[in-house]
Amino acid sequence: MTSAVEIAGITKRFGDVVAVDNIDLTIADGEFFALLGPSGCGKTTTLRMIAGLEFPTQGSLKIFGDEVGTLPPNKRPVNTVFQNYALFPHLNALDNVAFGLKMQGVDKSTARRRALETIDLVQLTGMDARKPSELSGGQQQRVALARALVNQPKVLLLDEPLGALDLKLRQEMQGELKNLQQNLGVSFVFVTHDQEEALTMSDRMAVMNDGKLLQVGTPEEIYEHPSNRFVADFIGQTNLLEGRVLDSETVCLANGEHVTGISDLPRGSEVAVSLRPERAHLGPLDEIHSRQAAVDGVVESVTYLGNARVYHVRFDWMVIEVREENRPGSTLHEPGTSVSVSWDPSAVSVVAD
Amino acid sequence: MTAVKLPSDAEAAVATPEFEAAAIRQESRRGFLLAMPSYAYLVLFFAVPLVIVVVYSFATRNRFGGTDLSGWNLASYARLSEPIVRDILFRSLWLALLTTLICLVIAYPFAYYLATRTPVVRNLMLVFVMIPFWTNFLVRNYAWRVILGNDGPFTDVTEAIGLGERELLFSKTAVVLGLVYSFLPFMILPLYAAIERIDKRLLEASRDLYASGWQSFRKVLLPLSMPGVIAGSILVFVPSLGAYVTPDILGGSKTTLLGSYIVTQFLTARNWPFGAALSFVLMAVMLTTTVVYFRKGGRTL
Repeated sequence: MTSAVEIAGITKRFGDVVAVDNIDLTIADGEFFALLGPSGCGKTTTLRMIAGLEFPTQGSLKIFGDEVGTLPPNKRPVNTVFQNYALFPHLNALDNVAFGLKMQGVDKSTARRRALETIDLVQLTGMDARKPSELSGGQQQRVALARALVNQPKVLLLDEPLGALDLKLRQEMQGELKNLQQNLGVSFVFVTHDQEEALTMSDRMAVMNDGKLLQVGTPEEIYEHPSNRFVADFIGQTNLLEGRVLDSETVCLANGEHVTGISDLPRGSEVAVSLRPERAHLGPLDEIHSRQAAVDGVVESVTYLGNARVYHVRFDWMVIEVREENRPGSTLHEPGTSVSVSWDPSAVSVVAD
Repeated sequence: MTAVKLPSDAEAAVATPEFEAAAIRQESRRGFLLAMPSYAYLVLFFAVPLVIVVVYSFATRNRFGGTDLSGWNLASYARLSEPIVRDILFRSLWLALLTTLICLVIAYPFAYYLATRTPVVRNLMLVFVMIPFWTNFLVRNYAWRVILGNDGPFTDVTEAIGLGERELLFSKTAVVLGLVYSFLPFMILPLYAAIERIDKRLLEASRDLYASGWQSFRKVLLPLSMPGVIAGSILVFVPSLGAYVTPDILGGSKTTLLGSYIVTQFLTARNWPFGAALSFVLMAVMLTTTVVYFRKGGRTL
């Protein structure tokens, strides 16, 4: 199968700043792919290079096997949903959607018909005569989506499309976007800084930081097996217990305690054991468990979340966050109680820088 | 009802509707007082003279070159249909239009360039645009006389490239050249302000939607910068139409324009009613163009 997008050795410099640093990335046809990272990590620049809005300093960029790195945006079979939509304020919804078709020379009546169909597809039936300023944020978002989709791009690029929406609308649109993508079977490349959004929506995702590609994989692979400290910390919540590798199964924590941690790093490597709050359990001190997967501490605070309680447990030099589901019969550990934080040894990952 | 203290010297107390109303009244009165000096100035030195001009345009010139403020008639307006007057009127309109178009064509790319620079470069270039204003308008026009005149730099150039001794001074071309030079900044500034306000991602979006560079300009940049085009055009067209100094200095006697013709009526011909009628027509033309232009731009005046 040909890949939708194939990036090989792409670098982008702005003066002295390296925005994207020699990345390789392949996005499959029909895939919902998320580019995730903090602001300034190079994810938007990567997307803009695929769109043709920036030219790479160096490297190969292929769309369905064709080299496009030097083509202007109007010569590429991709369309973009811009951050904050960038709708044409002087055109109504219909003319915004029909814009791309008209520019491609599609005749007026066909352009109008297809634009109206796409407006229906994004559930904006009847809104076609409204100007962008007369539409709500969510509706503008749909127009932006329709304006790109009507051109039947081979790849749809989305730059933080849900960033400007409020939480409830955002969750609703997440589901809709996902459905739309599955029905159309087109690759979506989605830039976001919201790790939850990336996890819930994407088939595969890439985590970027400082212009570098840190890890590519399914949301599950990335959450369960982060390849380094940044990824572990950035994706979801985690506790990073600092230490050094003792052998392939043991990590010696900074205070001298030994815990189970499987890695293939050489002995003495500085690492952290990444323990997710929901993977840790709190129990009384005398509870029997393997000493290789537990540490003792004192409860500092409890936060009630309704469906769960989050404990902050002081353990030697650090505070460990533990999340306990709020089930009938679950014990409440008052602040000040000494507790044991334990976990399944297979539930942690050992990460280096 | 107890007297409501003014908000300015109110004491701490429970708010009442009366207090709120007094506060709002005081605020609007303050605004009116602040605007008063401008209003007074405009009424006294603009509105009143304007009325005088209108009144004079219906009066009669007496045998001695004075004006009789009696026997109201439309004779001055009737003279507008005379061929010589019509020629001057149309020539003035045409040259003003030409000046506006040339300014627009020159200023637009420059304004776009300006609007897409970094703030430092932008401000520096804006200063360059303003520099001509530091020299007296009259002096600058006389400078053109030197440039375009006999043995001036312009004839030197035409001779050097083998076009022979071409003299531009005292021609319509010289007038348009001078007008464009004088009013170009008035086109650049509003265009720059309008283009600068446009979200440049809209241009990216149009390119992403298969528009070529030209289509992107025609369908997105130009429509969105229309307020600047309109403002700049009015700012150039109106003073060009009534221009007196530039046509007088660079056009000579061969190219009489409305401005000079009006001056002649008042000073040489001593026909104040006709001069007043011409002035009034000039203003009417300017007002009409401005209103039509604004309406076309989708705005109300």
